[in-house]
Amino acid sequence: MDKPVNNKAWFFVLPVFFLVAISAIIPLMTVVNYSVQDTFGNNQFFWAGTEWFKEILHSERFHSALVRNLIFSFIILLIEIPLGIVVALSMPRKGFWVPVCLILMALPLLIPWNVVGTIWQIFGRADIGLLGNTLVGLGVNYNYATNWFDAWATIILMDVWHWTSLVVLLCYAGLVSIPEAYYQAARIDGASKWKVFRYIQLPKLHRVLLIAVLLRFMDSFMIYTEPFVLTGGGPGNSTTFLSIDLVKTAIGQFDLGPAAAMSIIYFLIILLLSWVFFTVMTHYGADNNKTESGHDS
Amino acid sequence: MLELINVSKRVGSQLHIDNVSMTLESGSLNVLLGPTLAGKTSLMRLMAGLDKPTTGEIRVSGVNVVGKKVSKRNVAMVYQQFINYPAFSVYDNIASPMRLAGVDKKTLDTKVREAAELLKLTDYLDRTPLNLSGGQQQRTAIARALVKGAELVLLDEPLANLDYKLREELRVELPRIFAESGAIFVYATTEPQEALLLGGNTATLSQGRITQFDKTINIYNNPGDLTTAQTFADPPLNTAQVNNVDGALHYGEDRLGTVSNNISNGQYTVALRPHHVSLQRTDAYSMRIRATVGTSEITGSETFIHVHTNNNQWVVLAHGIHRMESGEQIDLYLNPQKYYLFDENQTLVQAPDNPAPAQSVADHQQSEAH
Amino acid sequence: MAQISLNNLAHSYYPNPKEQSDFALKQIDYDWQDGGAYALLGPSGCGKTTLLNLISGLLSPSTGEILFDKTDVTGLSTEQRNIAQVFQFPVIYDTMTVEQNLAFPLANRGVQKSEIDKRVSDMLMTLGLQEKAKRRARGLSADEKQKISLGRGLVRYDVNAILFDEPLTVIDPHMKWQLRTKLKELHKQFGNTMIYVTHDQTEALTFADKVVVMYDGEVVQIGTPEELFEQPAHTFVGYFIGSPGMNILPVDVSGNLARLGDHQIHLNKSYSNLDGKIELGVRPEFVRIVDKAQNLTSAIPLSIVAVEDIGRSKIVRGEINGVSINALVAEDANIPLEAFVEFDVDRICIYNDAHLVEGSF
Repeated sequence: MDKPVNNKAWFFVLPVFFLVAISAIIPLMTVVNYSVQDTFGNNQFFWAGTEWFKEILHSERFHSALVRNLIFSFIILLIEIPLGIVVALSMPRKGFWVPVCLILMALPLLIPWNVVGTIWQIFGRADIGLLGNTLVGLGVNYNYATNWFDAWATIILMDVWHWTSLVVLLCYAGLVSIPEAYYQAARIDGASKWKVFRYIQLPKLHRVLLIAVLLRFMDSFMIYTEPFVLTGGGPGNSTTFLSIDLVKTAIGQFDLGPAAAMSIIYFLIILLLSWVFFTVMTHYGADNNKTESGHDS
Repeated sequence: MLELINVSKRVGSQLHIDNVSMTLESGSLNVLLGPTLAGKTSLMRLMAGLDKPTTGEIRVSGVNVVGKKVSKRNVAMVYQQFINYPAFSVYDNIASPMRLAGVDKKTLDTKVREAAELLKLTDYLDRTPLNLSGGQQQRTAIARALVKGAELVLLDEPLANLDYKLREELRVELPRIFAESGAIFVYATTEPQEALLLGGNTATLSQGRITQFDKTINIYNNPGDLTTAQTFADPPLNTAQVNNVDGALHYGEDRLGTVSNNISNGQYTVALRPHHVSLQRTDAYSMRIRATVGTSEITGSETFIHVHTNNNQWVVLAHGIHRMESGEQIDLYLNPQKYYLFDENQTLVQAPDNPAPAQSVADHQQSEAH
Repeated sequence: MAQISLNNLAHSYYPNPKEQSDFALKQIDYDWQDGGAYALLGPSGCGKTTLLNLISGLLSPSTGEILFDKTDVTGLSTEQRNIAQVFQFPVIYDTMTVEQNLAFPLANRGVQKSEIDKRVSDMLMTLGLQEKAKRRARGLSADEKQKISLGRGLVRYDVNAILFDEPLTVIDPHMKWQLRTKLKELHKQFGNTMIYVTHDQTEALTFADKVVVMYDGEVVQIGTPEELFEQPAHTFVGYFIGSPGMNILPVDVSGNLARLGDHQIHLNKSYSNLDGKIELGVRPEFVRIVDKAQNLTSAIPLSIVAVEDIGRSKIVRGEINGVSINALVAEDANIPLEAFVEFDVDRICIYNDAHLVEGSF
């Protein structure tokens, strides 16, 4: 809806523009600038055109990192979304335990990324970590530093531990907003628990799930700190995700041109996939929105 | 004075408000009457300045205010939901707009107590809204709107969430309260009975258009077209498609009586209010038609009888208690003097003889009371 | 279908109710006849929804028991009681079509596919929703959604009762008429026991054969619409039913004479030994406005405060000795300059401490 125009409002937006310009647009322009040039140091630059982009797009290393990212995000969504729904469904709706559960759920979200990484790095160590030591004691040959499967399992476990709460909290908010009459009607209609979930709860959770999927996808696709702290991208390249590869290229090898091109491609992929998710999920619920937001007269 | 000049509002491909022009005088009560989605809320939002019209002008005291911020407009609004500050007492709730305006303490106190007195809240000034009944909560919201001293007070179905009896009481009190304020009041409702009880002026809305704007009772007695008549009818109007042949109205096999010669031949719609259809012959002019009873509903002193006549669904409001079986054949008597006649364009061509105007004393006292 | 009996039923939302005022529903004993149409009428907070929820099994009572056809169901859950309920806001299954919504309660109970199809198509016809059978239910209007909620109860031919919790709240006035008539027809057609909760007297009176008027957790009167209109057992019933409600005037009564200030009103019955608060009740419909010229001895001068033209009638609001009184007069009636009122003597009720007292001839 178009509201009356108020030019003064621009003054309030200005600081944000300024911040965004410094923190996002100017760096982005620098990146674009690097991505089309070559340098041999001494601040001398040569025009390279689309060369770096071609190189990246044809690079085996980029492809495998991208595939790793996609698989990782896919697994994360596959675990965290259903798990989040299940946990939210089993949380109490009223009484003393509600705030307790909510605080417990919020705890992992309050911990910084690198601390999470460090916690799990120690937790999983075969020699002194509680998890690693226990597993080894049980006869499991567990070592995230040498076995790629163990490394993946640990990173996924870490992410699930860290972020499922977000999905839980979103779903919980969605669930408590369903009017009691729906549950009563379902009881009267003789609906089973599964049918209550399938025909009442899931349809009503549709919108919060859209947000949860988007947030978890974008975040997991950009994963960096945890594998960096835990495995540093190893063993071999098995946990070298795009972000880690990018940092290796840019800072480790100081290949600024390819790294810049890579970050632009990375950025575009996230944008594209998020847009696809968003369109698919909003389209699916389009007529739903229409009736529910239909205001009175 | 608030003027709307050719105001339209388009959202996407939908026309929410379609070319509305109306003038609201200071100190007047204006009812917006229409079903859900007729455009009542949209129109109020335009008046308040919450939305900007797609085309047209809105003038306050002759000055175009389109684009002027709501906070600069001196508007107050009361909603269907009871909106108060939950942590404030009733006193502070009523005082809040004046505190924002920086009114001095003494004036503020006098005004709050005046408003509380008017709305019967004096005993509850120390309570918080959650410890009040729904009716008292809504009174608090109305009191807050009144003390603001706004030029324009908008009420969007303010009684819809209240119990029937509370509604009835507030409907009687509101016109008196409004009259003391001198602001322009705009009051949206879906209920014809509410419009009649409030009095003042009414604008009937249908699909974003204002179909008529006049004194409330005038619209009820003389609706300009069939849509207006149907909007302003509860219980619904009984209609019949008739053919006028030289002044005689043919309704299927039946005759519905005669009309004056200056009404040309052709198709017309006869509309008749349910209480003007009776089960007994009331005078020599009554026309008899056959009908089949569907259901009957007893209200205690009267009976609503739902009937079918020539494929039309009618409602008869009969005095007294009548128990009738579904499917029973009955005779109905219609009084042609009470017909509304609409032509093929659905424009009114004949209204019932207006009931004898109330004598001057009643008129006088009525206007005094309002 | 069943007869529903309430034995000493009471409910409190407190775990250990001590005083009468702790009870949201004070004790009630009543038998709801099989196939009857009942309304529970009262203002918000009067306990009517509590009573409905006790019958449906969404709440369990603090004391007393509920019997369906002499079988104690007090301990049974909502599902086991086999009832249907229509809520204030339409409850439909958003992702299902109209047809699937109607089939849902049957499918849940393992009814055979062919039987489901038959009943659903019958029900679509009954509700007049054939053309929308394949539409998603969420796109429909509020009144159509309420029809579907009702239909989900009616397709189960064996429901013990259908309960309505203010089902017309979100429906526009014009549609209210149609939906109400539909309800009435369906009640005739299916013969289910129906219990309808509302604060709207018109809905209650037009729907029900018997209306239960509740006030402050108590049943104040159970009666037919005529009884409630003509012989309100309590001044609250007189006030709550009718629009405007009954005029309640403080009077002194001795024998067959009521005294309202200086004015005398002759009654057609005589009352003896009344003490406590005595009031005279007369409905606005039975208050006549007369001219001085008619000069009836029983007429009382009225000072008119306002005349409201409400279309098919006029409300004359006036005062006698500072007590306000309303009269309902015909749309084309003349209001005289010097008005007097006269009461229809057969329609006068006398109340002692708010309760109706019977006089003797």
